[in-house]
Parts: sequence; C-alpha cells; structure tokens
Amino acid sequence: MNYLLGAFKPSCNVSIAFSDGKTRKQVPLKKENGQTVLVPLFQSQENITGKITIDPLQGKKVDHNGVKIELLGQIEMYFDRGNFYDFTSLVRELDVPGEIYERKTYPFEFSTVEMPYETYNGVNVRLRYVLKVTISRGYAGSIVEYQDFVVRNYSPLPSINNGIKMEVGIEDCLHIEFEYNKSKYHLKDVIIGKIYFLLVRIKIKNMDLEIRRRESTGSGANTHVETETLAKYELMDGAPVRGESIPVRLFLSPYELTPTHRNINNKFSVKYYLNLVLVDEEDRRYFKQQEITIYRLQETT
Amino acid sequence: MLSVGIEDEEKWLAEGIAGIQHNAFYMHQAMDANSLREGLKYSAQMLSELRTSKLSPHRYYELYMRAFDELRMLEIFFKDESRHGVTVVDLYELVQHAGNILPRLYLLCTVGSVYMKSKEVPAKEVLKDLVEMCRGVQHPIRGLFLRHYLAQVSRDILLDINSEGEGDADTVMEAVEFVLQNFTEMNKLWVRIQLQGPARLREKQEKERSELRDLVGKNLHVLSQIEGVNLEMYKQTVLPRVLEQVVNCKDELAQYYLMECIIQVFPDEYHLQTLETLLGVCPQLQATVDIRMVLSQLMDRLSNYAVSNADVIPEFLHVEAFAKLSNAIGKVIEAQVDMPIVGAITLYVSLLTFTLRVHPDRLDYVDQILGACVKKLSSQPKIEDARATKQIVMLLSAPLEKYNGIVTALTLSNYPRVMDHLDNATNKVMAMVIIQSIMKNNSCISTADKVDVLFELIKGLIKDLEEASVDELDEEDFKEEQNSVARLLHMLHNDDPGEMLKIICTVKKHILCGGPNRLPFTVPPLIFSALNLIRQLQNQDGDVVGEEQHEVGDEAEEMHATPKKIFQILNQLIEALSSVPAPELALRLYLECAEAANDCDLEPVAYEFFTQAFIIYEEDIADSKAQVTAIHLIIGTLQRMNVFGVENRDTLTHKATGYSAKLLKKPDQCRAVYACSHLFWVDDPEGIKDGERVLLCLKRALRIANAAQQMANVTRGSSGPVTLFVEILNKYLYYFEKGNQQITNAAIQGLIELITTELQTDSPSANPAPAPDAFFTSTLRYIQFQKQKGGVMGERYDSINV
Repeated sequence: MNYLLGAFKPSCNVSIAFSDGKTRKQVPLKKENGQTVLVPLFQSQENITGKITIDPLQGKKVDHNGVKIELLGQIEMYFDRGNFYDFTSLVRELDVPGEIYERKTYPFEFSTVEMPYETYNGVNVRLRYVLKVTISRGYAGSIVEYQDFVVRNYSPLPSINNGIKMEVGIEDCLHIEFEYNKSKYHLKDVIIGKIYFLLVRIKIKNMDLEIRRRESTGSGANTHVETETLAKYELMDGAPVRGESIPVRLFLSPYELTPTHRNINNKFSVKYYLNLVLVDEEDRRYFKQQEITIYRLQETT
Repeated sequence: MLSVGIEDEEKWLAEGIAGIQHNAFYMHQAMDANSLREGLKYSAQMLSELRTSKLSPHRYYELYMRAFDELRMLEIFFKDESRHGVTVVDLYELVQHAGNILPRLYLLCTVGSVYMKSKEVPAKEVLKDLVEMCRGVQHPIRGLFLRHYLAQVSRDILLDINSEGEGDADTVMEAVEFVLQNFTEMNKLWVRIQLQGPARLREKQEKERSELRDLVGKNLHVLSQIEGVNLEMYKQTVLPRVLEQVVNCKDELAQYYLMECIIQVFPDEYHLQTLETLLGVCPQLQATVDIRMVLSQLMDRLSNYAVSNADVIPEFLHVEAFAKLSNAIGKVIEAQVDMPIVGAITLYVSLLTFTLRVHPDRLDYVDQILGACVKKLSSQPKIEDARATKQIVMLLSAPLEKYNGIVTALTLSNYPRVMDHLDNATNKVMAMVIIQSIMKNNSCISTADKVDVLFELIKGLIKDLEEASVDELDEEDFKEEQNSVARLLHMLHNDDPGEMLKIICTVKKHILCGGPNRLPFTVPPLIFSALNLIRQLQNQDGDVVGEEQHEVGDEAEEMHATPKKIFQILNQLIEALSSVPAPELALRLYLECAEAANDCDLEPVAYEFFTQAFIIYEEDIADSKAQVTAIHLIIGTLQRMNVFGVENRDTLTHKATGYSAKLLKKPDQCRAVYACSHLFWVDDPEGIKDGERVLLCLKRALRIANAAQQMANVTRGSSGPVTLFVEILNKYLYYFEKGNQQITNAAIQGLIELITTELQTDSPSANPAPAPDAFFTSTLRYIQFQKQKGGVMGERYDSINV
C-alpha cells in the first residue's frame, strides 16, 4: 500500500491568512495534542476576512470539484468523541471545479459573523471556532485545511450587581456571616469581603476560600458534571474568637478562569462558585458554597 | 503540643532554619538574576517555614529573626524597580496572589513599606490596609510576630510623618489610629495564648507568654514617639483607646504590663493631665493585678517629675493630683475586697511618699492618708502579717524622715491611731524609730500636748501592753529600749517654766504606768529634768519664796511652776520607785532633791527628803557594801546642806554618825566615822565649825582603827595595814591646816609616831604592804614640804617632828 500513500500525499500546500493577521491580537490556544499555539482573537459581529493560498507542489496540478471555505462553530463532547455539533456554519464557495496549476489566491470574507459563544476548553467539552478550507476532489479525497481562531465576547458592566451576604452556621457550634462585595465578577476582578464570626465553639485551624468551576455537559440522564477547584486561597490562619472579622481580598487575575457559560446551545454549562471552607483541628471541614457569575469585561487599553 | 520535649523542639527549629536558609539561597539567586517571579516564589516558600505551630515563642522568635533578615534583602530588591520592572503598585497586588496567608502577609508588609516610602500613595492608606489585612492571622504567636513585623517595617514611616512637615492633624490621626489598632489586635492575640496543661508546664508557659509582652508594648512606645501625639490627642484618643483595651482584655498579666508600659513610655506631663482617666481604670482591673505596683510607679514618676521640676507643682495642685490619687486608691481598695491588707498599706505608703515629695507643706494630706489607713485597718483584726506591719512601719517612718523629726508628726491626729493597729513588737520598733528620729535630729518637744501625743505613740515602750508576755522580753533589748526612753525625756524641754511643768506632769503621768521594770530607767531622767527646772526657776527670779507665796492663792486653778510644787511631784516620783524596789536609786534621788531643796532654801522640804533617804537606808538597804556607799552619799550631801537650822541639822548629823558607827566592817566604820567629821566642819565662811566634835569623830575613828588592827592581829596573826591610820592622819592634817584648834601638833605628832611604830612592828612579818607605806611616806613628805615652805603654815608645822 506504500505507493498508494504517496499518491494520497497532498499535492499542494494550502494556507489561510487573515487580512489583519499582523495586527490582530493573538492568544494562546491549547490544541488536542497538548501543544499551545497562538491564534487570532475575534469577537462576535466582526468581519473575518483573509486569503486562501493554494500552492501546488512542483509540477503537479490539482484537479478539483470546487474550493470552499467554511466558518464553523463546533461543540465537541469528549465522551462522544468525534461527534461535532456545529452550531454555526457559514460557507463561501471560492472556485468552480477545475484545475490548479500554480499558486492561486482566493480572498474570502465573512462579514459581521454572529459568534454568540466563546471558545472554551473544558474537561469534558470543547467549544471551538475554525475556518475550514476544502478542495473537493472526486475519488482522490478532498484536501482539507483548518485554521483555528478564538472568540471572546465582552460583556458590559452588569447594571445590577448586588453583593452576597449570608449568615450560616451549625447550631451552638459555629455561626458566621460572610459577605462578598459582588455577585458578578469580571475575570481580572478582586473579590472583597469579610467573614464575621458570630459564634465559635470549635477550634478552627484555618479558613480557605476556594474558587470552583462546575462544568456540566449533556442533558437529562446523560448529564456529566465535573467540578474543579481552581483556586485555594487561605484567608485565615489560627482560631478566631467571637466577634472577629476576617478580611477577604482575592485577586482573580492569577487564575485561569473563563466567563460563566449558561446552557450553551443546550449542550453544556460552566458555572463558578466561591467555596468558603473552615477546617477544625480534627481536620473536619465546614463549608458554604455560593455561585458567582464571571464575565469578560472589555479591557480598556 | 507544648508538652513535647525540648530536644524535639530543637530539632524542629533546626529544620525550620534549614528550610529558611535553603529557600533564601534560591531567593538570592533569583534576585541576583533579577527574576521577580522566582524571587517571590522562593520568598513565599521561605516564609512558609514560619507557619509552624511546633515551636515555643522563644524558638519561634529565633526563626522569625532569620526570616526577618532575609526580608530586609527582599525589601531592597523590591525597592529597585529597575531590577524587576514591576511598579510598586503592581507589586503590591502581585504579592497578594500567594495562596498561603502568612507568607502573603509578610510579603505584603514588606512591599507595603516600600510602597509607602515611594510616596506614590498616602502612607495612611497603606497602613490602614495592612493592619486590616493582618487580621487574617488569628494564631496568637504567628499573629503577634506578623504584627510585630508590621510594626517594625512601619516604624520609620510613622516617625517620619511629622518631620516632613506634611503632618496635618489628619495624617497624624491616621498614623495613631494604625498603631492603636495594631496594638489592640496584638494585645488580643497575646491575651489569647491559652494556658493549658499541668501546672508544671503552666509556669513555663506563663514565662514564655510574658517574653512576648514587649512585642505588644513596642506599639505604645511607638505611639509615644510620634511627634504629633500632643496632649490633646493623647487625652482624647490615645489614652482612652489604650485603656479600653487594657480593661477589656481582662487578663492579669496584660493589664499589669500595659499599665506599667503606659506609665513608663508617656511623658509625665501627660500623666498629670490625664490622671483621672488613668486612675479611673484601676478599680476595673482584674483583682489579681498588682495595682499597688502600678500606682506606686505612677506616683514615683510623678513625684520625680515634681522634684526635678519645681515649676510644675502648681500644676499638681491645679489638677488636684493628690485628691485624685487618694480617691483612686480608695476605690481600688474598695473594689478589691480580697486585697490583702499589706496591699492596701503599700498603696498608702506610695501615696504618702508621693505626697511628701510633691507637697511637703501639706500636712493635712499626710493626715488624710493616715486617716484612710486607719479606716482600713480598723476593719481588720490586729495585723498578723509581717509584711503588713513592715509596711506600716514604713508608712509611719516616712513623715519622720521627711520632716526631720517627730514634731510635725505629732500634729497628725491619725498618727497614733495607725500605731494602735500594730502588734506589740512592731509598736516597740516603731516607737524606737520615733525616738531615734528625735535623737538624731536633736529636736526638742516643747509643749505638753505634744508630749502627751508622743507618749501615746511610744506607749509600747512606756508601759506593758495587754497580752504582752514577759518571756518574750530580751533583757538587753529591754534595757536598750528603756535607755532610749530615758534619753528621750531629756529632749522634752520648754524654756517657759509653766509649760515645762506641764510637760513634766504629763511625762510623770505616763511613766508612772510603766511598772516596776521601767521605773528605774525612766524616773531618774525625769527627776533631773524637774531639778533642772527648779534651778532654772531659781536663776530666773532669785526670790523664790516670794513667788511661792504669791502662787499659793491660785494654785488650785492652774499649775504654776513653783519649786514647792515640783518638789511634791518629785517626792511622788521617788516614792513610786519603792514599788520596784530600787532603794539605792531612790536614796540617791532623794539626796539630789534634798540638795536642790537646799539651794531653794526650802528647809522643810530638804528635811523631808533626808528623812525619806534615812528611812530607805534603814529599811531597804541591807547589803553592807550598799550601806557603805549610801552612808558616804548621805554624808557628802548632808555636808553641803546649809539650809538646816541647828536642831534639824543636829538630828540629821547625829543619825548619820550613828549609821556610820553601825556599819558592819571595822574599816568601813572607821572611814564613815572620819567622814562624818566633815559634817561638823564646813569650809565656808558661814559654815559650821565645831572643832570639838570633829576631834571627837577623829578620835572615835582612831579607836575603831585600833580595834580593827587588833581584830586583824587576833584573827590573822598579823596586824592589818596601817592604811586607816594614815588616812586618819590625813584628816588630822586637813583640819590642822583649816585651823581647827582642837587638832594639836601633839596629836599629829602622836599619830605619826604611832604609825611609825606600827610599821616597824609590822616589818618583821613576811611582806610589808607597800601601799600604806608609800601613802605614809608621801604624807610625811607633805609635812616636810609644808615646813620648808615656811610662812604661816610652815610655822604651824614647825613643831611637828618627822
């Protein structure tokens, strides 16, 4: 079969170049093979323009049944591997069937593309955007080239952003009141708060604030929930006494957070929680979890 | 956890130090490479070593110091933005990304200090933030050290606030607020170090805990150093806040230490102006707090202040320092029911010391203190506690020392009442102190009232107090005490005779209660003091008799100093001695009195005294030696008397001669008899000169001497010494020279020959007594000398052959 392999070797190089590739911001993206590459960053409603260059190998010609470029938004569930679900699919036909003898360039343009979802790489699910160039060939098999790009969508400052305040406790054992200044935080935000000890009858060793990410995929009986602790931040060392109030100040920037995703295309959700954990001297843990919303704020430069 | 062995702790410490060194090494490497990220990483790891709970405060401190040194290096690195390329603002955020709180906060404080020094932001904001964030560490030891670190890195900045001139009131206020807050939190943490485990460990823990106190106290020190803290701010903010914390922490050790700290670190002037506030706290402290030490220190400070700076005294008066202190002490004592009496007394001692130093002129204050003390004491049974009595002695001695003597103290009405509460032994000690003080200062007590008070004070020495057992008396001590009293009596003096008499009467009243043991010591000085008065009276107005008559009329209504009156008193005094009994002493005193009466020309009185003396001689003096002494005294005194009429004199001389002849031993008889001869020959112009009776006496003496000689011959086989003869010869010579016609040359000649014969008969015997021989020889030489001298006397001697 070796000779056949040679025959299937792509007979041309296909490259995809964005028209503003030099100036556009690039962000790292982790590929399936674990490598990180830099890819351009877009947001919804942007024009995605560029050029496709097809360069046949020396002395070869490329027979084709047409050249097209697709812009795909895909959701990929890892437990359902290989099954992509395209929630966005735009196609541009670039060439009618024919033959390509030498380097040929096709400009393309997707204007004001609706890309409602952000690129996301989770534990069980991936949401990605990709440009896919297909040189269709009959029996020889099509030549396909992909170019990933990242979409990030920015939210305005939420008009309502109340703090979280709650009193919790175990009767006659521990009563605390905690307070976080907001319920919605942007990715570079700082969580400011206070833990107020109303009653302490247990010997607390320390207190941590955790940021947990809950990714649920699928629906109904097939729902998979994956929870990760992204941050473990010690708030207090030692045992407080009644009346003590412990400050909270947690910078979110060092952690790899994403915005909260709610029910993306009915396929998955990503939610964030603040988990306040108190550990006593016998290593028993007392905790209270509160959901927070994370959003991406337009960075003003 | 704390009960583990020391070896383990050493091991853990070593591990901790190793961990710090290890990470510090990489940290330095990172800093050399200007790598902030790595630097932060290793510094956080290094600081993680401080998270240990295994070390005692002492060892933890060692670990802390290691980390501290490294943090200094880190700070220098942080400061140099060109090395790491991150602005200090970003750095301030960056270090807060650390997950563990302790390293995070150490780094935050470190960056914070750089941040403040950069002046990019008002220091107060950073300070506020830091002190707030540090709340995250609630572990007592770790928290204390963290906050100590914060205090250390912020110290320079705080002290800078003023010197820069930009110290508007607000900024200073913020700085003060920061220190106060840090102080409050540190104190809370410190107080929280729980004592647990067996008592054996508890002591150690307590010690360890107290080692940490300076960490807390440092804050107060810083407060005192911030220039902007003026009196107003101290009064309004600093002190109330600090005190609030002191009261609220309800911890004995902390309260004591902090009060001490407050008193020591802030200026005297502030204390003076905030006395009320400061003192108001005292009753609220825990009962176990040693408030007296606290108050003593405060009063010490204030009194030193007053002493070193006289200008501030009016200020003391203005703020009514004394009243406030006194009030506070009262409240403390009231509030602390369980306070041992010694505590209360110590407080009063301190207050007294304070008063004496600050207001030496305010005796009423002193009296007030003593009064308060009495009040306290009266609620208690007699004090048994040795320390308490010691304190009372101090309390009572202080005014004595200050006022150089008892005179002032005598005006204090509460002084004797305090003494009443002492036990007998201490009372005596105190009385001795008083007496010594009088002696030392040579102060004269000059009114009867004072004398009365004084004797009330020293009554422990004057009379037997109830329940005083005799066996506890040490003979030596007793003598010592009574001698002191005797000395004291001489210090009671007034030039005004009337007052002096009153004094004497007062003293008499007191010492007569003294009992037989004391009288022999106390009566004589009083008598001499009274005699002194008599002589003084005599010198004053010469004609005593006239005055006496004048006085008789109103004797009843008032005590006037007349010799007669005094002699009555003297008589009573000496009579008192009969109860002792001390006949010899009484005899001497009677004779003294008689002599004084003689000088006053009071014949009946003198006669009475002699009578008394004779009665004593007859009835009470039985010892032959004592008799000899007594008879010589009587003779001597009688010889000097010139007040007696012939009859009285005859009676007395007759008696005296009679007694002389009845002495037991012949030589004594002989000597007494020839002494009696002087009774008939007073060598004055108007003196009696009864030569015949002189001769009679001398002849009788000779007879007795002869008899003595013979007796000696019979009993011992050798005649006795010729001393007696020689002595009589001398008497002969005396009268001869004085011109007594009855003493003739022949008689002297005869006596000389007699003695010569006696000496010769005596010489064969083995050992001739050399003394009489010499005596005789020199007598002869005298005669020779007189002869050669010529003149009237020489002529008279001429016929005597030697």
